[in-house]
Amino acid sequence: MSNDIKNNEETKTNKVLDRREFLDWCLKAVPAGLTMTACGFSAGELNADEGKKHPAVNESQAEANYAMAIDIAKCIGCGRCANACKKENKVPDGPHTVRTWVERYVIPREGETMVDSPNAGINGFPELPENTDILKSFFVPKLCNHCSNPPCVQVCPVGATFQTKDGVILVDEKYCVGCRYCVQACPYGARYIHPTKNVADKCTFCYHRITKGLLPACVEVCPTQARIFGDLKKISSPIHRFLRFHPIKALKPELNTRPKVFYANADQEVR
Amino acid sequence: MKTGKIPQQVVVLSLISLVVIVSFFTMRFILTPKSFGKYGHYRADAIDDVKNLPISYAGAKACGDCHDEIVKLKSKGFHRGVSCEVCHGPSAGHTEDPTSIKPEAPRQREGCPLCHNYSPSRPTGFPQIITAQHNPGKPCMTCHRPHNPVPPVTPKDCSACHRSISAQKMVSRHAPLECTTCHSVPKEHFKNPRFVRVEKPTTNEFCGKCHSSDAKAQANLPPIPRIDVEKHAGRYLCWDCHYPHSPEAK
Repeated sequence: MSNDIKNNEETKTNKVLDRREFLDWCLKAVPAGLTMTACGFSAGELNADEGKKHPAVNESQAEANYAMAIDIAKCIGCGRCANACKKENKVPDGPHTVRTWVERYVIPREGETMVDSPNAGINGFPELPENTDILKSFFVPKLCNHCSNPPCVQVCPVGATFQTKDGVILVDEKYCVGCRYCVQACPYGARYIHPTKNVADKCTFCYHRITKGLLPACVEVCPTQARIFGDLKKISSPIHRFLRFHPIKALKPELNTRPKVFYANADQEVR
Repeated sequence: MKTGKIPQQVVVLSLISLVVIVSFFTMRFILTPKSFGKYGHYRADAIDDVKNLPISYAGAKACGDCHDEIVKLKSKGFHRGVSCEVCHGPSAGHTEDPTSIKPEAPRQREGCPLCHNYSPSRPTGFPQIITAQHNPGKPCMTCHRPHNPVPPVTPKDCSACHRSISAQKMVSRHAPLECTTCHSVPKEHFKNPRFVRVEKPTTNEFCGKCHSSDAKAQANLPPIPRIDVEKHAGRYLCWDCHYPHSPEAK
């Protein structure tokens, strides 16, 4: 017995590490390593937070929260907004590459609501079949809702789409890998894949215009002022008056995306 | 206690993992764009990329700097809310080089119907025409000035607005009658058709002026069907059964 113990002691001293000790060492070392890495990362994030507090962009822009409102009762379905958008943003021709489009809703007395948008409504709409028994019909312009809680930004695996400080969702076309997750994730169908650049593309609220004090192209050309654009944080902004004096509906509020495109005089069929 | 010698396999493993970890962080440092993570999980420079995109639509304010007379004229008309570039197209190039770059100036019929062609989906009250019937082939500009659009003249003919009624009356037995035979038309009706209405007959005696058996025969008209107004109608009004714009009785 004493020999055995002696042998054991000898092996303990002579042997470098037995299995038990090695596992013990691992158990201590791995969490320690993880904590250190975590600390490193959080330190990095802290730095990023500091950057957020002192943005290099000028402050008036950082304070803005851009939004759009659309009065469905005023829309005449001329499609000038979709046309101007294509020209302003060099969006390729075609019915499926659009940043904004006009939908025609036709609600018959009986049966399902019909919605169409041939070539985004740019060339007008075809005549309805002669014996359509219309209960009501109207046009609904659609675009990216610039959600406050955007699902497309959540799913982007590379950080190529993001929300700016002024609440606009943008796409970094140099960083986008074209994986189409965001196209799938958008509940409003507002994104498409650019056919030649092979990256996701969408409405930017004409970010290059609004940061220079101009209106988005679609708002600029709307002949009936059905589209209102403004800064939600500015009390003098026309959007404030509009939101106060109209019954407002957002699209698909049940998804908790908190859209920043507001619709006035919208029928319950509008989705 | 004497510390043990670290076995070779552990040394090799840790060396390899060290190399992997170091190279991961080096690559991460090299490959991540410098502005990434400045404001959030994205490349901050991308904002400037979007900001610096060129502008095509100059905006209505820019047009007013030179074309103030047209802007002034337009500001009083029905097209006051219609931005210049709706019809003239994107004109940012024209604002920078006004002489060599000219915006489009549509003179034909193609532009106006985009807004003014009839569609049941358009809001009620928006001025619309049926393009196929409204002077087909004629450019809109021959009668309407796009910067200050008004109907060229107030139409004197009732048929200009009451098209279907006049078409029906035209082929009916009442074709020789003027609209004003039965309706008195106040002058204000031409300016405000929806607020000032024409007057309509209210009694059977009005129809009886021609159709009662003792009415004076009018020589220049075809034989008029005669009835005893009181007995024939009873408690009904004439237009309960007969449609005056297309009377069916022989």
